[in-house]
Amino acid sequence: MTEKQKTGAGTGPSDTASHPTPSKRKTPARRRASAGAGKKRKAAPAGIGSETRGKVMVTGAAGALAQHVIALLKENYDVVGVEFRGLQTSYPDTVDYVVDFNTRPFEDVFREHGFTAIIHLGRIRFTQSTRGRRYSANVIGTARLLRLALKYGVEQVIALSTFHVYGADARNPSLIDEEYPMRAANLMREVVDAVELENLFNIYLYKHPELNIAILRPCHIAGPGINNEISRMLAQPVAPCLLGFSPLMQFIHVEDMAEAVLRAFERNRPGVYNVAPDDYVAYQDALQLAGCRRLFLPSVPPGLARRAVRALGRYAPPDYLINFFKYAVIIDGSLFARTFDFKPQRSLTELLGHYRGDK
Amino acid sequence: MRTRQFLKPRTVSREVDALVDALPKHNIGSQGYDPWGLNPDTAKITFTAVRWLYENYFRAQAYGLDNIPADGRLLIVGNHSGQLPMDGVMVSFAVANKAENARLPRSMIERWFPSVPFLGNWMNSVGGVIGDPKNCAKMLEREEAIVVFPEGIRGSGKPYRLRYQLQRFGHGFMHLAMEHNTPIVPVGVVGCEETMPSLVNIKPLARMLGLPYFPLAPLVPLPARVVINFGKPLRYANDARNERDVEWRVEEVKDAIRDLIDTGIAQRKSIF
Repeated sequence: MTEKQKTGAGTGPSDTASHPTPSKRKTPARRRASAGAGKKRKAAPAGIGSETRGKVMVTGAAGALAQHVIALLKENYDVVGVEFRGLQTSYPDTVDYVVDFNTRPFEDVFREHGFTAIIHLGRIRFTQSTRGRRYSANVIGTARLLRLALKYGVEQVIALSTFHVYGADARNPSLIDEEYPMRAANLMREVVDAVELENLFNIYLYKHPELNIAILRPCHIAGPGINNEISRMLAQPVAPCLLGFSPLMQFIHVEDMAEAVLRAFERNRPGVYNVAPDDYVAYQDALQLAGCRRLFLPSVPPGLARRAVRALGRYAPPDYLINFFKYAVIIDGSLFARTFDFKPQRSLTELLGHYRGDK
Repeated sequence: MRTRQFLKPRTVSREVDALVDALPKHNIGSQGYDPWGLNPDTAKITFTAVRWLYENYFRAQAYGLDNIPADGRLLIVGNHSGQLPMDGVMVSFAVANKAENARLPRSMIERWFPSVPFLGNWMNSVGGVIGDPKNCAKMLEREEAIVVFPEGIRGSGKPYRLRYQLQRFGHGFMHLAMEHNTPIVPVGVVGCEETMPSLVNIKPLARMLGLPYFPLAPLVPLPARVVINFGKPLRYANDARNERDVEWRVEEVKDAIRDLIDTGIAQRKSIF
């Protein structure tokens, strides 16, 4: 029995070819790799800044943002795309492995490749799966990812978080900076996994400086291919909004966000950074610019608003995110802009015009 | 957006349009909002309505407007009264309507306003900002003029029998002024106490509705005459050794405001 077979299913390209199982998903990249089954590749002595290109793991490789990031990275680096969500029915070419971070075969991906860096974009969103599953995948899975990164000498980690960790509240100041407490866990228990994920990265950031962790907290990411809560609202012909509330919002185009991830990766400045443009739009204005008709829901009392949102099902944001559609959460992206010399290239009009054009 | 587009051509005169356009504004983005939600178009519509209130309803008079510098960070600190923040509206309008070197001041508002439908968004769009020290610090760094009432709800919600008596001031404004090297312009507002005289605060009703107070008062503000006096700027170095020093400085500001209130009461010929 070879070493690969002992580790179990769903590990790497060579394993796929010799022992296919129904649970494993064959991606185009894996099919290509299966041609060279049995040949164990040795990791090149690569490193960031060295003459040899480094090898980078990108998690959440099936996502729209990851696809843009991988396209940018491929110009200068070897990229291995890993997808753990396992919810999609088809995978793009950017996915090399479909593996759960919490299973043993995940370590084989590290053994197989000598990663110099990890770009961790894979995270189960609030509307995907249950709280328990989200916690298990996002927090426990990422803890394992970081332990393996330490074990296999990874030099840099870029982590994608979200501005949701600040929480939406009527008392929020504007231009929230990175030092502001992550109040979301106190305000909405359903997003506790996002806050815990951040805490986990923060612990590793200070306890293991050799990992060079940079945590990015972007505002609403939108644009072609993105399927988060706000994108779904903008893509609908009729979008719900709460009567009497039109909070200020920030949007970043998926291509700009990919560029931001690339800059954070290439310039390697560990820390926590908000990522947001210096431009703002009210939610109801954004809906109109995106060509949506507004469906007004009652906003008071809060119980009635939640019931109305719940009744709309997938056409409305989940009721625990309702405060994000009620109160502004404006983040200050100036630290990121200064540190990485970053300025988004796509305007709000262009971004929202994409949704209008699709209708 | 559509409401604004409907109201603006029907209510805003060319004069007001040009006047608000000329006011220095910071960080207005491509969609017409700054990070705190200020929207010049909504400000123009509101400016038209407030102008009528200022000139015809409250017949307000402002003195000492020369003490407001043309630019740079500034804290305008005054006495609060009148159940509704009409004094903040009058002070802000007086500064924005100056003949020369007019500015668009931002008012610090109570933290519960954003949770009120329509009102919260409207207050943000005309320059109101939640009274949070972080907000205030960031705005001072951007060289804004800010109207602050350090009494907060202690001042606006007090009953009529305590009229023109300054309540306890918070110290936050003084710390901000010292840390950010910001001059303080004291302002005394006379008249707003009479706009909504409250006999008593109905606390159980306020608790039930989640409001800071529920006054037994007229349903609409009464047309009392308003007199506003701006004092000379006060400057404080960032060298306080302890909170006691800060308290003394706050008392100096309160004394300046008391003098301005007394001046205003003497200037006022009649209440209505």
